[in-house]
Amino acid sequence: MNWPEEQKEENKMKQFISFVKKEFYHVFRDRKTLLLLFGMPVVQIVLFGFALTNEIKNSKIVICDYSKDISTRAIIDKLEVSKNFEIKQANLSNSEIEKAFKEGTIKLVIVFPANFNYDLNHQNKAQVQIIADATDPNTATTLTMYASNIIADYQRQLIQGQNIPLQIETEMRMIYNPELKGTTNFVPGVMALVLFLISVLMTSVSIVKEKESGTMEILLVSPFNPFLVVISKAIPYFFLSLINLTVILLLSVYLLDMPIEGSILLLIAESSLFIITALSFGLLISTLTSSQQAAMLISLMGSLLPTMMLTGFIFPIENMPKALQIISNIVPPKWYYIIAKSIMIKGLGFSAIWKETLILLGMTFFLLFVSIKKFKTRLA
Amino acid sequence: MRTLRFLLQKEFKQIFRDPTILRLIIMLPVIQLLIIPLAADYEIKNINITIVDNDRSTFSQNLASKILASGYFRLTDYNNSFAAGIKQMESDKTDLILEIPRNFEKNLVNTNTEKLFIAVNAINGTKALVGSAYVSRIIAQFNQNIRTELLPPSKIQNIPTIEIVSANWFNRFLNYQVFMVPGILVLLITVVGAFMCALNIVKEKESGTIEQINVTPIRKHHFILGKLIPFWIIGMFVFSIGLFLIARLVYGIVPAGSILLIYSFLSVYLLAIMGIGLIISNYSNTQQQAMSLAFFFLMVFILMGGLFTSIESMPEWAQWIAKLNPLAWFIDVMRMVVMKGSGFSDIKNHFLIMAGFTVFFNSWAIINYKKTS
Amino acid sequence: MDGKVVIATDKLTKRFGDFTAVNEITFNVFEGEIFGFLGANGAGKTTAMRMLCGLSIPTSGKATIAGFDVYKQTEKIKRNIGYMSQKFSLYEDLTVLENIRFYGGIYGMTNSKIKSKSDELIAKLGLEKEAKKLVKSLPLGWKQKLAFSVAIFHEPKIVFLDEPTGGVDPVTRRQFWDLIYAAADQGITVFVTTHYMDEAEYCNRISMMVDGSIAALDTPSVLKKQFAAQTMDEVFYELARGAKRGE
Repeated sequence: MNWPEEQKEENKMKQFISFVKKEFYHVFRDRKTLLLLFGMPVVQIVLFGFALTNEIKNSKIVICDYSKDISTRAIIDKLEVSKNFEIKQANLSNSEIEKAFKEGTIKLVIVFPANFNYDLNHQNKAQVQIIADATDPNTATTLTMYASNIIADYQRQLIQGQNIPLQIETEMRMIYNPELKGTTNFVPGVMALVLFLISVLMTSVSIVKEKESGTMEILLVSPFNPFLVVISKAIPYFFLSLINLTVILLLSVYLLDMPIEGSILLLIAESSLFIITALSFGLLISTLTSSQQAAMLISLMGSLLPTMMLTGFIFPIENMPKALQIISNIVPPKWYYIIAKSIMIKGLGFSAIWKETLILLGMTFFLLFVSIKKFKTRLA
Repeated sequence: MRTLRFLLQKEFKQIFRDPTILRLIIMLPVIQLLIIPLAADYEIKNINITIVDNDRSTFSQNLASKILASGYFRLTDYNNSFAAGIKQMESDKTDLILEIPRNFEKNLVNTNTEKLFIAVNAINGTKALVGSAYVSRIIAQFNQNIRTELLPPSKIQNIPTIEIVSANWFNRFLNYQVFMVPGILVLLITVVGAFMCALNIVKEKESGTIEQINVTPIRKHHFILGKLIPFWIIGMFVFSIGLFLIARLVYGIVPAGSILLIYSFLSVYLLAIMGIGLIISNYSNTQQQAMSLAFFFLMVFILMGGLFTSIESMPEWAQWIAKLNPLAWFIDVMRMVVMKGSGFSDIKNHFLIMAGFTVFFNSWAIINYKKTS
Repeated sequence: MDGKVVIATDKLTKRFGDFTAVNEITFNVFEGEIFGFLGANGAGKTTAMRMLCGLSIPTSGKATIAGFDVYKQTEKIKRNIGYMSQKFSLYEDLTVLENIRFYGGIYGMTNSKIKSKSDELIAKLGLEKEAKKLVKSLPLGWKQKLAFSVAIFHEPKIVFLDEPTGGVDPVTRRQFWDLIYAAADQGITVFVTTHYMDEAEYCNRISMMVDGSIAALDTPSVLKKQFAAQTMDEVFYELARGAKRGE
């Protein structure tokens, strides 16, 4: 067979399209993996969108009311009305409290000493004890805070009734998420996680699989530009991710009540960019390894863990040690999370996120550049 | 029995000759245990605040310094433009805006009441609640101080105050790392036990050596045991390194409860999740499939395991799903035994359920695994 | 060739849905025979062989392997046969010795027997220097010979070989067949499938499967006379060209 000395542009295009077609067949004929690639994001968005929240709700607490007077009853009523607590009343001794904590049945104990109301009226001072199971420090502090707030509220009520001078009122407005939905924080994060993970994992494994089975060699000895070969592997996953993106957005808006305050077009454009960044990362991983197992493990270490930890939707980045904060800057999902939040929740436009967009673009070019170089050296 | 011995010899040799696996066994504990607890600090601190002071009086400046002295807040900006504050909130530079109106001090003294305005970035609901609660508390204290200064003592004494005394048991210093590390240990051995075990079997499927096993007198249960036991041992080993080496030396964590109890539960847990690994390998013909499945389950297990978010806060139906998550149960046990010193009677239920999981998953796996098509 | 029947099938059939892969094949194999099981791709030989090895339960028909029933006694069958597949399923990441010892142990040989026989085998194959090396490092021809030797290590009654000589040069193939002859001489029945028609000449008897049924079964010389052919190639061509199944 005679290879033409000069490949015409249309021929190159035809070759490229035939590669892409082949890749589409590969992907769409593997039913099991396909199920996962489409099913996974759906399940995850629904599950995590509804379930993940850093609110503390439904906490079981015990109130030891040794006074049982009008004040304690008023406070207990307020506590019951708030959706944070499930209340049982029982007068427990310290050792009983410890036992209950050890059994894990309750998280907090509020103790009203005897003569609570009497002291409040006659000495203008009364004490309440709050004992928290601080195994989970977050829960402990938050619950203590909720309870303290409610008690402070009661105190304020008392004061108001007495018309005390020099009163400072505060008016509070919750912005972007007035209902304080816990899930609002998480959904853009889950989006970042799901889109990133699938693209990285699938691309890297699919390329490495080709390497392992030896068919990559065949492709590489052909006169076709090897880089086009590799790009053609990424394209089906790009479309797959776009479909996933659509599904995720639909679910988020209609099922999870997420707003899209800003421009949907902008969101889709930015998401596409992010998907390409993820695919480039997958490409890079594939150049680093020759076994599927290794590709998988590196993808796991390189995408799942950092994304979960350093994107900022589960753990607040500002709390991390400086070193980790710096590392978080090279995790692409972190930037996408900011972009998604800005567009969806804050309703901002491109002017607010051009910096983050530029960073993602830069990362993409860098990843592609390194991948191409590594790829070429492999052939040399 | 002899057959099993030969099988185990082969499996161990193969595992330790695989550089990827060896690297993992060493790297995974290190990375997960060292880095995740560092990252996982939920404490609400370093709240960024912008103070828009239109008054610039003694009062307002006093209030500002009180807020900053509390230690909860970091000052993003001290200005007199609410619009500027909102812009800062848009770019995530500030979490809270406190606006002090013009003539705040004058109005308060003359009319006996004045209003402060607080805008809170509520995307992170908990942070918003906590931040606003801190600010409110400081303002209330500030308010009380003003009264003490300006009002005659008789008037002040009539103001009722409820003093809250709070105590934190089992973790006096509210150390997040002590809380996270036991949970991460569980995550660690789940990956080693289920994940790697599944891949190992599928690798054999892919390379065809499984056919060879199918033709031999090796029975179903031998083969499965031959796959489970090595990873069970490795899981125990990795756990021990994590608990005794890293947790103790780096974080100073010493279990308050019985170590025997922990290891007993660990043994059962490993068996249960290996069952899951087996099931994954049964349903996958290629490593790519096994990986996708494993990834999926891993993510669900991690995020629904109570490791990062609390299970009790989930909606009812989600809590039921969490109940089906073996990870959640073990994480709970670890936290209870390590931090509180809970005993066997406290985790009786957990044991029962884990045993149930073990029987269920492994039966499913075994029934599923067919040597003959 | 007369003698004890070690494999007997009677209308053995395997259906997958409405596709009949193996259609009522009936034949016997005698002890110590080298029985060639030929056929085009897709003719059903692999499916048939899998049934005989206890890897697949037949849809209908009867068969006994080494006297054991193919439906109810698959475990006993496995104990008494050896098997070597196209993929040479030796463990690449184990050494030569480790592979031998593993399979010896699996088939219930005592430690001392394993030791003495493995020394013998290594000497016979000339693998003294390679004994402690990983199988991965052996050239293909040696892997094949080793795989065969491992398959008969536990002295089974029958050894099944599924296209054992793919991908090696003719000299190596010839050496491989020397091993097969030696095994047959010891009384081990060899049931071999192959694509190489010259190898068909080496067998005592051959059966040819076409479209799921046995189209011919006899010694090579009889078949050549029957089809007026000079080589087995021509016999094969005559039988297979009317086939409806195949690549």
